Amino acid sequence: MTINWKQIGQYGFIMGIAIWYVCLVGMVETFDSRGIIDGTLFTLGRALLVVISLGLGYVTAMKVSDGNFGMGVMGSLISGVIGAVMTVVLVLAIEPLNMRAMFVNASTSLIEILTFEMESQATGLTILAAFIVGFSVLGGIIYLLPSLPRRAIISGFSAVLVMGMLGELLTVVLGRFDLTEILSDFLYGRNGLSIPGAISIFIFFAVVSVLWATQKDSLQSGVENLPPTQRRTLSWALIVLSIIVLILLPQAVGPYISQILVLVGLYALMGLGLNIEIGLAGLLDLGFVGFFAIGAYTVALMTSTGELGVSGTAIADYSNFWVAIPIAVAVSAFAGIFLGIPVLRMRGDYLAIVTLGFAEIIRILVLSDFLRPLLGGAQGVLNIPKPAVAYAQQIANQLPWYFQTVFFFFVSTDGRIKDPAHFYYIIVIGCALISFVAWRLQNARIGRNWMALREDEDVAEAMGINLIASKLLAFGIGAAFAGLSGAIFAAQVGSVFPHSFGLIVSINVVSLVIIGGSGSIPGVIVGSLVLVGLPELLREFAEYRLLIYGALLVVMMLVRPEGLWPSETTRREMQSDEDIEPVPVGQTAPRSV
Amino acid sequence: MALLEVENVHSYYGNIHALKGISLTVEKGEIVTLIGANGAGKSTTLKTISGIVRPRVGTVTLDGEDLSQFPAHEIVGKGLSQVPEGRGVFARLTVMENLELGAYIRDDGKQIAEDIERVFGIFPRLKERQKQTAGTLSGGEQQMLAMGRAMLARPKVLLLDEPSMGLAPILVEGIFETVQTINKEGTTVLLVEQNALMALQIAHRGYVIQTGEIVLHDDAKALQKNETVQKAYLGME
Repeated sequence: MTINWKQIGQYGFIMGIAIWYVCLVGMVETFDSRGIIDGTLFTLGRALLVVISLGLGYVTAMKVSDGNFGMGVMGSLISGVIGAVMTVVLVLAIEPLNMRAMFVNASTSLIEILTFEMESQATGLTILAAFIVGFSVLGGIIYLLPSLPRRAIISGFSAVLVMGMLGELLTVVLGRFDLTEILSDFLYGRNGLSIPGAISIFIFFAVVSVLWATQKDSLQSGVENLPPTQRRTLSWALIVLSIIVLILLPQAVGPYISQILVLVGLYALMGLGLNIEIGLAGLLDLGFVGFFAIGAYTVALMTSTGELGVSGTAIADYSNFWVAIPIAVAVSAFAGIFLGIPVLRMRGDYLAIVTLGFAEIIRILVLSDFLRPLLGGAQGVLNIPKPAVAYAQQIANQLPWYFQTVFFFFVSTDGRIKDPAHFYYIIVIGCALISFVAWRLQNARIGRNWMALREDEDVAEAMGINLIASKLLAFGIGAAFAGLSGAIFAAQVGSVFPHSFGLIVSINVVSLVIIGGSGSIPGVIVGSLVLVGLPELLREFAEYRLLIYGALLVVMMLVRPEGLWPSETTRREMQSDEDIEPVPVGQTAPRSV
Repeated sequence: MALLEVENVHSYYGNIHALKGISLTVEKGEIVTLIGANGAGKSTTLKTISGIVRPRVGTVTLDGEDLSQFPAHEIVGKGLSQVPEGRGVFARLTVMENLELGAYIRDDGKQIAEDIERVFGIFPRLKERQKQTAGTLSGGEQQMLAMGRAMLARPKVLLLDEPSMGLAPILVEGIFETVQTINKEGTTVLLVEQNALMALQIAHRGYVIQTGEIVLHDDAKALQKNETVQKAYLGME
């Protein structure tokens, strides 16, 4: 048996480079003040080193072990040693080379952190090296364990890491109620998790993941073996339960997280629209924000009490948020079709460029002096009132007290929809409605049109599918959904500015559709939760937020190119690589077209 | 009057005069083949018939109805269905989904199911693989799928564009046998082929096309014996 020196060396080298990188950009030092576990040396800064050495030890073992335990451990040991040596070299080189001149973060405090605040540098460096090698070997061993304990350790460890990182956010949320505050006092110390808290979290998540892995199949078959009536009851119970959870959620988590959920919902609405274009019809649209902007500006102009609004004109008395929403949706849909006409003959990359241009045209038109009297230019449209619910108080008075409480979840006592929690409900209802519509469309005849169109335009036409109508419908419906999102956005923020509608919004929506799983409705929801939620969770990383965010996106696409919740078609495609039936001799190879 | 009539058709790609007055007829129940070298205009003729390319001059009539006023996707509904060159199956969709898309223009669900069974009768291979994605099929199977799919539109005339392209010789024979079977079950076939030898064996009549013009037209048997054809297309000295 030969040892794969090349790969071992490669991963060791990557480990060293990664450690150099996080040290020299200053992440280790910045995060050292944040604890993962209170009162220990396990800070977020060192957690970076742990994650890097553990992860690369794991990968080394995976690549070189070949089912051989000793080989795997040795591989991760050697790559750990390479990483450790490189780190030690960094520490030793900082002062003699005066690295600080170039890398401002190569400071004495970085050296202190890396040498574990030891008096003598030799002792510190020994500990540092042992630390890196140790975690690398540990990573290798974790890979080589049987799958159940491996699963348990990985889940427990990641849970501690994530819960530790989310400490600040979670203590605020848990502190809202007496009962949960007890839990938060137990789990968290002053700076990070308390030691008993960390141990309980580790055990809890390890046990849950093992139970899930072992019991999942029997649970699934148990449900499948239920008689149909009971199964229906069960699924109804699940639906009712999730509705209750969705209703209570903003009350439980407070305004800050409700606001994030509103943002998630706005992106999910746009994602559902773009999913029809990209996921179903295969039309790559990079200018999706344009329709979002059109929806937002329509509501802004129709409801604003400022000078740009309709107040003072004849229709002012009839114009409010509820009237403006369907109009905004219609205007956006019309814009979608309008854009669709010139690009009917374009495909793929060319289409992407044209749509990109379209979004820029909208943004620049809004910014222009020419339309300034109408749209307000860079100053935007201000004073958009919060949507009102007529007779809210009177309706509430008719209800028994418990319904009254629930009623005022949805609207404030003065009959306005103004808090993030109120908008949360509007968004959830909107998403539910739009998901339902999208799901029905997908399974209808038009859904087939789009699918065929995505796979091959020419053949689709040869099947008798009207390409023009199908494409325009995809553009129109997609744009309508984005318009709804924009309409709600305008009402929630209370003012619209051109700079809210930059290219980055389009890019985010495209990413969430792809990361969620192109063509899959639950994928869009999961994608927007991850893509919009993740940066919020990464607030802990302060100025390195986008760096980590980008790195995570890259990793996600490498690990799960089919998306987090792939559609049936993509899933089949990814699986078929593994289980192609053997083709009998004398036939041409599969996949040759 | 013939089922399909192409009369004095001139087609252009931009400024290139691709078809210079093509006329041909296909009678009901026939297999007619159009043979010719690469670039002679075979595929363009088919594309002009199915409405993907519009003729500048000339008419295409099916069952007495002028097709040139309809867009390509409506011509399928008139009873013309094409198996595109290079097979053109929807690679990521399953065999079953491909077949269902073939019946896209119809809305008689029950008869579609019967017709799919009929296609499975002709191509038992497809029945075995109905849940597989079309991209994982072998070349021959993909050709079967493309033909089965085209039949599900219940065409009056089936247009086949180079069904033998890229297939092993043993498979080509099978494909041509199936074309005969389909024809015997009542579908009229217009077959475009480079493999003139095979095409003339199963066809009733044949046309020879050269640089956008029909240069010969005769019974298939007679064409097989024709000296020019033998030299140019059948590889005989």
